[in-house]
Amino acid sequence: MIITRRGGAFAALLLTTALAQAAGDVDRGATIVMQGDGQGGAPCLACHGSDGAGNDGAGFPRLAGLDAGYLAAQLRDYREGRRISAVMAPNASRLNDQQIEDVAAYYTVQTLAVTPAELPADLLAKGEQLVKQGDWDNYIVPCETCHGPGAQGVGATFPGLSGQHSTYLRQQLEAWKNGTRNNDPNQLMLAIAARLSDEQIQAVSAYLSQQPTRRVSP
Amino acid sequence: MKPSVYALALLSVAATPVMSAPAVPVDLPAYKEGQYVHQAPTLDDLMNDQSLNPNLREVILKGRDLFMNTQQKRGEYVFNDMNCKSCHMGEGRMNWSGPVWPAATTLPDFRGKNQHVNSLEERIAGCFSFSMNGKPPEYGSDDMLALVAYHQWLAKGAQVYETNIGGRGFGHLGREPAQAADYARGAQVYADNCAVCHGEDGLGQKHDGKVVFPPLWGDHSYNWGAGMARVFTAASFIKNNMPLGKPGSLTDQQAWDVALFVNSHERPQDPRYTGDAKETREKYSNFHKWTRYGTEFNGHILGQHDNTGDKPFLKPDVLRPRTFE
Repeated sequence: MIITRRGGAFAALLLTTALAQAAGDVDRGATIVMQGDGQGGAPCLACHGSDGAGNDGAGFPRLAGLDAGYLAAQLRDYREGRRISAVMAPNASRLNDQQIEDVAAYYTVQTLAVTPAELPADLLAKGEQLVKQGDWDNYIVPCETCHGPGAQGVGATFPGLSGQHSTYLRQQLEAWKNGTRNNDPNQLMLAIAARLSDEQIQAVSAYLSQQPTRRVSP
Repeated sequence: MKPSVYALALLSVAATPVMSAPAVPVDLPAYKEGQYVHQAPTLDDLMNDQSLNPNLREVILKGRDLFMNTQQKRGEYVFNDMNCKSCHMGEGRMNWSGPVWPAATTLPDFRGKNQHVNSLEERIAGCFSFSMNGKPPEYGSDDMLALVAYHQWLAKGAQVYETNIGGRGFGHLGREPAQAADYARGAQVYADNCAVCHGEDGLGQKHDGKVVFPPLWGDHSYNWGAGMARVFTAASFIKNNMPLGKPGSLTDQQAWDVALFVNSHERPQDPRYTGDAKETREKYSNFHKWTRYGTEFNGHILGQHDNTGDKPFLKPDVLRPRTFE
């Protein structure tokens, strides 16, 4: 069977996610979040908080309530160099598959309200337009088309964007755009990010940061 | 093994700091010389057009809402997981994405599919009967009027009766591929490019019960009478619209192969079914000669079944011949 490298890696990733998702343990995850992996990796809470709140000013993403499969895939990508971050690389590099699933299981069940911010109404309106209608004349499809209603995420591949910090969203869109992040399947995100103007990136990041996150079932 | 892969990746990034990423091209066909090209107005244009009667604007917006979220009429007009925008992407405005305004400027006209002169309402009813596997809004009803108003507004300023339209329909791949389409190659194209959204089982994906990625086959997809069931229609749609955000990224052959693959799967019955798929294929051969319906595949005759999906009937009443004798 001939499969493209991206397609093959992606299929393998899906399979791993499906198999391992049930195996994540919230309590073991909590230990790693609070105390680190015991091999020199920093405790996650140092930047992301024990509640997964992250930190907007510092650009640390909110992890609370994100899909466990997505979180685990990102950690594996950091560990294996498919996603590059000077901060995350040393902390993810020694995590084994089980620890990754445990951390993901921990953060996916955290529930956290979105912190409201005072943002200009015209910026939010422009962001809302991109999320719901897109900008088809520039072939920018609405975020909701893949990230789902309210951009709350679909499965392990299309992460929830609602309630995510605007600084992180902006940095990631810029990273897709300049090629420093490229762990998307089939360049689906690159295609859109590369067409976004700086103003559109600002607007969409601001709007999404104020939207409610997905409901996490108890 | 992993650390060395990681080091290599780091190194390659370090060697070219802040690479300028190759943007994914929007590779759409060129318009042919002499073709009429219309750019349909946007939602902003609608909201800002001071000359529009506010009541009319409201009706157009209602039509747009039905077009974008047709699932609000699930169980009434629609019995599958499709919205109008699933196939008519970009709000029905985009050339090469089945722009809907030509229906407002070219109809009434004779239509080969049903062999009589169709109105715009009847054309819309066709979409509901086949692509939505449903029962169209009544002719003259509020919902039908709203949909017609949306179509006509998208046609604002366009040339009436002009039929040589650039970007009409989905594209330019013609009726048949240069090299025969191949199911196995299509399956591979599907796995590599489509399954991430539409699922390996082709059944699409939902979130909180709302359709995000529409199913491409099975009970909740378009039925055997839908234009998209024709391999050439699906090939052109795919070539110029899929994967989403990357039009033109598949080769023509990949588009043909994956279209054949998708349209070799079962789907709800053609509402024109006579009780025998081979016979129905013959009766509507001007349409079905482009589909696999009523032909043998993997030991079965495709479409030889009584499955109408979630729709509790076979044929909506509006599908009927029309003569002026």
